[in-house]
Amino acid sequence: MDARHVMVLAGGLSHEREVSLRSGSRLAQALRQVGHDVTVRDADDTLLDWVGAHHPDAAIIALHGGRGENGAVQTVLELAGVPFVGTAAHECRLAWDKATAKVLLRRAGFVTPRWVTLSHSSFRDMGAAGLVAAVARELAFPLLLKPHQGGSALGTALVRDPDQLPAALVGSFAYGDVVLVEEYAAGTEVAVTVIEGDDGPVALPAVEIVPPGDIFDYEARYTAGTTTYHTPARLDSELDAAVAELAVAAHRVLGLRDVSRTDVIVTADGRAQFLEVNVSPGLTETSMLPMAVATAGRDLGETYAELAERAIARAADRTAAI
Amino acid sequence: MTGNSLDPYVARYAARTAGMRASAIRALFSVASRPEVVSLAGGMPYLQSLPLEALAAQASRLIAEDGTVALQYGSGQGIPALREQICQVMALEGIAAHPDDVVVTVGSQMALDLVTRIFCDPGDVVLAEAPSYVGALSIFAAYQAPVVHVAMDEHGLVPDALQAAIESCRAAGRTVKFLYTIPNFHNPAGVTMAADRRTRVAEICRAANIAIIEDNPYGLLGFDDTVYRAIRADDADNVIYLGSFSKTFAPGLRVGWALAPHAVRERLVLANEAATLNPPVFNQMMISQYLANFDWKSQIKAYRQTYAQRRDAMLAALETHMPEGATWTVPDGGFYVWLTLPEGFDTTAMLPRAVGARVAYVPGTAFYSDGFGTRQARLSFCFPTAERITEGVRRLAGVLDGELEVMRTFGAGFPSGARPSLGSDAPAPDTA
Repeated sequence: MDARHVMVLAGGLSHEREVSLRSGSRLAQALRQVGHDVTVRDADDTLLDWVGAHHPDAAIIALHGGRGENGAVQTVLELAGVPFVGTAAHECRLAWDKATAKVLLRRAGFVTPRWVTLSHSSFRDMGAAGLVAAVARELAFPLLLKPHQGGSALGTALVRDPDQLPAALVGSFAYGDVVLVEEYAAGTEVAVTVIEGDDGPVALPAVEIVPPGDIFDYEARYTAGTTTYHTPARLDSELDAAVAELAVAAHRVLGLRDVSRTDVIVTADGRAQFLEVNVSPGLTETSMLPMAVATAGRDLGETYAELAERAIARAADRTAAI
Repeated sequence: MTGNSLDPYVARYAARTAGMRASAIRALFSVASRPEVVSLAGGMPYLQSLPLEALAAQASRLIAEDGTVALQYGSGQGIPALREQICQVMALEGIAAHPDDVVVTVGSQMALDLVTRIFCDPGDVVLAEAPSYVGALSIFAAYQAPVVHVAMDEHGLVPDALQAAIESCRAAGRTVKFLYTIPNFHNPAGVTMAADRRTRVAEICRAANIAIIEDNPYGLLGFDDTVYRAIRADDADNVIYLGSFSKTFAPGLRVGWALAPHAVRERLVLANEAATLNPPVFNQMMISQYLANFDWKSQIKAYRQTYAQRRDAMLAALETHMPEGATWTVPDGGFYVWLTLPEGFDTTAMLPRAVGARVAYVPGTAFYSDGFGTRQARLSFCFPTAERITEGVRRLAGVLDGELEVMRTFGAGFPSGARPSLGSDAPAPDTA
């Protein structure tokens, strides 16, 4: 493999900036170890000038949340003609919106916890008390509240009874105007990384997550020693195949590209339920994608270097077609 | 099959590290370093007004001419020349001290760490103002010394509350080791302890046989050029005074000091040697030569003018933009305004909204060890320009409007425990 100049985009302005900086740093180190020339930089107003001056061979987006996952940065890179690893801009928009992703997966025949999506304006304009009561009637407690966009479990809250719901909604609305209110599914939580190769998307070994409390929140994600991970997940072969199938299906159904990570809960009844998908999975020391890559016997730097080659080849094909 | 917690040491950490965990709030502060964000969060001095070229020449000469000394190990107490100059600095606040009683440390943060180390066993109580400096609370937590907060008002620590706190602790069989106080331009409250209260506080502590740790990093930054008389100036035996060059010169050099009674000083030197061997010699010599060769008093005046202008901008913006029911302190020096919002607001819970609106502050709960401060926020005016401060407060007002609207929708006034957990809410020291 030729040595390439790879631009790793990290940082950003989202709530997940800190995580992104860690992901970018880890990825850069891994790519340098396999011989690539790596520049880590932020996606700011100097990006296009920098790209114009330095012409990186490929970009890898290690931005989490906001523009890094909602298609905005992908659009900029597409317009700038920079080959990049990851999902194209349009499809990012689908996957980024948690409710849209759930709808598409459910239509494809997969199970996902029941939910409603509610904006603050709905509560404001139609009466909070009535709407809260309706949510409480419609969905079974406990409920999990999530900002409908964003990751790292920021703004996620577990609500055990209706009295707690208004306060939890106020907290979640601090992260955005729309909240996904989902029935909390207890069970075995696994994260399944999907990597594309010449044979299409392939699921890596599932990573089982055992957080110290009921939810895998920010503290549990990023404080080493608090959460226990099992790699591969302690699932029987049938369930293991089911979660892999679900992750690959999510990748295909949502039109994702190169790499994704799907979060799944396996409930006591033996069903694998789709929770959400990430187009720019975390790459930190406590993130699940690097664990899955290692469990598969692969190297993180080589894996992303191969994805960068795919991106470069894709761009070359497009140019040739034109 | 056993799982992997990703930390093979997890079962071996000392109990005092229990609170050292990742925090969503700390992560949010990461965004504050981006230029799009107006950060009213950090306490970083405005160093652009330093004579940087002349300092570069001084650093170069120092290495060239005294490199074998400047780059060598040094005294655990600090270099004598700097200790003499520190006494001259403290003389501005009425302190008559001997250089032998000064211990130079890696910032005054290290001085406080050493003081706590030599005084506090786990369970010993430290008294501190309510609110108090977040970095001090971190030290006390690390030594497992619980903090009992003592009320303060616009004139500083309330002596009667101090007396009551001491009596209450003793009635409960608890050992109080010292009072930690920031009498001038308090961090985070922005208030200054009145002269008569200093006298009264010193009397109460002396009578109760409780030492006073007087932390005074901002004392020379009074906007009307007033320099308040230190508590230590009138009580050499019962006060350990902590000073710093971080706010009056350069925090990156990490040089502070403790002035302590002889016996305490002996232990501090030994503790200092155990912790760091010696404070950095090069940095001490840089400061010593700066004090000897530069007009440092004029530099402090320049800082005062800059910070006063920014304070004015912040107060004017608060007056214009804050909602009815919000109150704030009016500092006559230092770096900080302490904002109190109307009932129902939770400054920790609304920080994500603020960061989304490109403005940052430090939630009030960071400055309490007991969960108070949910309606408060510390706003710094030291680093951003006046124009940026005005813009930042305007954005903050928009955040409050948004939060108010959501609270009105849901009927407001919720216990913060029902909201998403955000963890420790103190930023890293380099948060701009």
